[in-house]
Amino acid sequence: MTTAIKYTFKDFASDQDVRWCPGCDDYVILRSIQKALPEIGKKKEDIVFISGIGCSSRFPYYMDNYGIHSIHGRAVAIATGTKFANPKLSVWVASGDGDSMAIGGNHFIHALRRNVDLNYILFNNEIYGLTKGQFSPTSLLGQRTKSSPYGNTQAPFNPGELAIGAHAKFFARVPGNDAKMQTKVYIEAEKHKGTSLVEVLQNCVIFNDGAFKDITDKTVRDDHQLVVEHGKPMIFGKDKDKGLVLDGMKLKVVTIGENGITEDDILVHDAKEKDASLHLALVNLQDPVVMGVIRAVEEETLIERENEVTKIAKETNPIQSFEELLFSGQTYEVE
Amino acid sequence: MSKEAFHKDTQTLDHAVIRFAGDSGDGMQLTGTQFSTSAALLGNDVATFPNYPAEIRAPQGSLYGVSGFQVNIGAKEINTPGDALDILVAMNPAALKTNIKDLKPGHMVIVDEDAFTRSNLQKAKYESNPLTDGSLSHYNVIPVPMTSLTREALKDSGLDSKSIARSKNMFALGMLYWLFSKDPKYTEEFLKKKFKKKPAVVEANIKALKTGYHFADTLELMPTHYVVSAAKKEKGTYRIIMGNQATAWGFMAAAKKSGLQLYLGSYPITPATDILHELAKWRHLDVIAFQAEDEIAGISSAIGASFAGKLAITTTSGPGLALKGEALGLAVMLELPLVVVDVQRGGPSTGLPTKTEQSDLMQALYGRNGESPLIVIAAKSPADSYDKAFEAAKLTLEHMTPVVLLTDGYIGNGSEPWKIKTLDELPEIKHHQVTEYQEDFHPYVRDPKTLARPWAIPGTPGLEHVIGGLEKDKIEGTVSYDPKNHEEMVKLRAEKVRKVKDFIPPLETEFDQEGDLLVIGWGGTYGSLKTAVEEYRQNNPNKKVGLAHFSYINPLPHGVAETFSKFKNILVAELNMGQFADFLRMNYPQFKYEKYNKVQGLPFGSSELINKFDKILKS
Repeated sequence: MTTAIKYTFKDFASDQDVRWCPGCDDYVILRSIQKALPEIGKKKEDIVFISGIGCSSRFPYYMDNYGIHSIHGRAVAIATGTKFANPKLSVWVASGDGDSMAIGGNHFIHALRRNVDLNYILFNNEIYGLTKGQFSPTSLLGQRTKSSPYGNTQAPFNPGELAIGAHAKFFARVPGNDAKMQTKVYIEAEKHKGTSLVEVLQNCVIFNDGAFKDITDKTVRDDHQLVVEHGKPMIFGKDKDKGLVLDGMKLKVVTIGENGITEDDILVHDAKEKDASLHLALVNLQDPVVMGVIRAVEEETLIERENEVTKIAKETNPIQSFEELLFSGQTYEVE
Repeated sequence: MSKEAFHKDTQTLDHAVIRFAGDSGDGMQLTGTQFSTSAALLGNDVATFPNYPAEIRAPQGSLYGVSGFQVNIGAKEINTPGDALDILVAMNPAALKTNIKDLKPGHMVIVDEDAFTRSNLQKAKYESNPLTDGSLSHYNVIPVPMTSLTREALKDSGLDSKSIARSKNMFALGMLYWLFSKDPKYTEEFLKKKFKKKPAVVEANIKALKTGYHFADTLELMPTHYVVSAAKKEKGTYRIIMGNQATAWGFMAAAKKSGLQLYLGSYPITPATDILHELAKWRHLDVIAFQAEDEIAGISSAIGASFAGKLAITTTSGPGLALKGEALGLAVMLELPLVVVDVQRGGPSTGLPTKTEQSDLMQALYGRNGESPLIVIAAKSPADSYDKAFEAAKLTLEHMTPVVLLTDGYIGNGSEPWKIKTLDELPEIKHHQVTEYQEDFHPYVRDPKTLARPWAIPGTPGLEHVIGGLEKDKIEGTVSYDPKNHEEMVKLRAEKVRKVKDFIPPLETEFDQEGDLLVIGWGGTYGSLKTAVEEYRQNNPNKKVGLAHFSYINPLPHGVAETFSKFKNILVAELNMGQFADFLRMNYPQFKYEKYNKVQGLPFGSSELINKFDKILKS
């Protein structure tokens, strides 16, 4: 749907003061989404942001759209109802790692398997920020937090792995400090029909500062991030000389020009491949960490399947109105 | 049927309570439903109640695998499925053992004597055969070899022996049709329709039905058959309706009447799931029925749908209401329309999932964090569930606050005749939706009459706003931590609920309007209480007894104190430990409340209530 109105990012900023800590990546996410929205061709009244509880979940207050700041873990369950109610709306979920994968874990996996047409922004900072620093379901083993003073004993989820396990059709990962990449990926997420999950590696400056610095810092990112694009070879590195090949069942980093490797040997990224094996290998890769749209498989959405079933009911059910229903089956007259 | 069938004596009854009991695979629910439907179609008033085990297919012949279906048919107004049984049909020893205590002494029990094998007797923990050891001498036992007679009748049917054995319920039903002088034609029609694609099954079942009918006619042990004449009912078109079905239809009616689409977010839970089943059938009639991943997602998705402009509901039972508590508090805070139906069952915890209780009242009123009042109403009978579901939807839409509708397993699974109420006979519903741009819009500016806020839905240009669980500024709805504003908002939300009092009917009293005893009840006990009060007054014409049955619990209706003050004694009868009595005492401490409570997973019987009335009025 296109609109005659041409928005700028300012049209999506509310009059509320933004209250995140100075230096938080959340500011980058906010601005990147505000910059993405003018590009998606939706009227601002047709855009809804729904969040749960946590730092991330203050998000709707800062957008000049419709929104609900709801309760812990339930954002995507609420968003599912909103999308059911009005499939024309562009519905966005803003949620954190605790909100999505601890208290809201059940809703998270079920939204993905159902493929509700939503854009799900997962603010992953590997810590509970709003409650001031407890380990989350993505905190590392051994990580010292206020609730794990001697080290975290609970093995973490990798959100992408969990999502693919839950039959996610769209998964992307972006660095919290890269506004440009984020904006681009959010536009793609909106364009994708189905549940589009975007994991943001979001730095918490107060309770988990530097969690992603080995991946996202400007000085190291070229050598430790692989930004994938559908149809393009998976090449990375400051000198664009490193790439991925398959070594048996595993991905291997090779250097172009060494051991007879040429660019033609490098794997070409296929985000649309239904078989998730390679996507799973990509989300699990430790170095480089894969960014960009890793998986984007077109499949029927929940609402589309619902509509088909409704059509069958309309065509086959002999009862076609509420009045008919009231008088259907065995009725009798009392004179 | 042939005229010869009527050569025996005929006895006229004003009502009769019949229970069909058998193994959970014996088809007792179908048999009971057929008998009840035929009785209603032939003019009786009826009330039914199924009683089935929590296990789907418990081991055959076991005591805990017994399934029962009770029906009370009357030539007069029938308000309950009845207490003591006039006739019991027991398909095996386990069914006999678990049900015989409810049969009136001297009354008839019809048993399938073929099922009284050594192994079945053992499974039912009988040391000797009750049919021959004299232990049933104070009942009129009619042993009938139903299995072998059915087998003999169907030997040429072409059906396998399992299917033949399964038809014995139709044999039993045929006998009952003869006994109550009912034409089996409606069941024949039903079988033809149900097994349209299996003519052999239709033929076999009809044959079993007719064989049972003729067998009863010739049986010397059954010298009399009964006539329960047609009941006097208001003129109109009727159907038999189950409580859960009526609830579902009431919401569909409200959706039509308000011009909104109905959205149900739900998760399966006994005994509420039938509402989900029913609404799932009517998706082509503007109903969205979403089976969510859990109770919380059920209500959460309903909140999301309500935000986007649907008439949103969620259905559950006690444990589910507990899970929904936090989200229900969010709906209170958001001030969005939402109805939660709690079909109550025995608690706490998993409790008695298939049995009835009224013990979620306090949970409905207070089961949330913070000051979070909402509207609580209750349905009083299976058919009344239609009106109360409609009313719950009307109240939530007109007052912009969530409503909890309490029904229970007894009326949810029970059925009775219902004079069909069409959309034309229902009141208008005026919701607060705003779908067009308004100058100077504020999401929390209230309608002075109801204190309802405007319901601006996504997609409306220029009215973009964010609502949330944090306390809000009383006008803008933006986050506010101002202490004074919070207190004011708490009071406003409470006042909004309190104001509902002016929009609901005042308390009504049935029978005596003043005098010795006011019997008070709420929700699903209405039929039991009415039957007991009626009977008591007949036998004690010098006592003045009234019945005040509450459908509106929060807020309580007008007229409570005025009504209570006209009686010397007040008795609150409920299927819990006294939750409504406590609530009344809190609101009207000037009165003395006697209590009658029962928590056995069973409805009230008339005699226990009458004993209590006696005790109060004799002391």
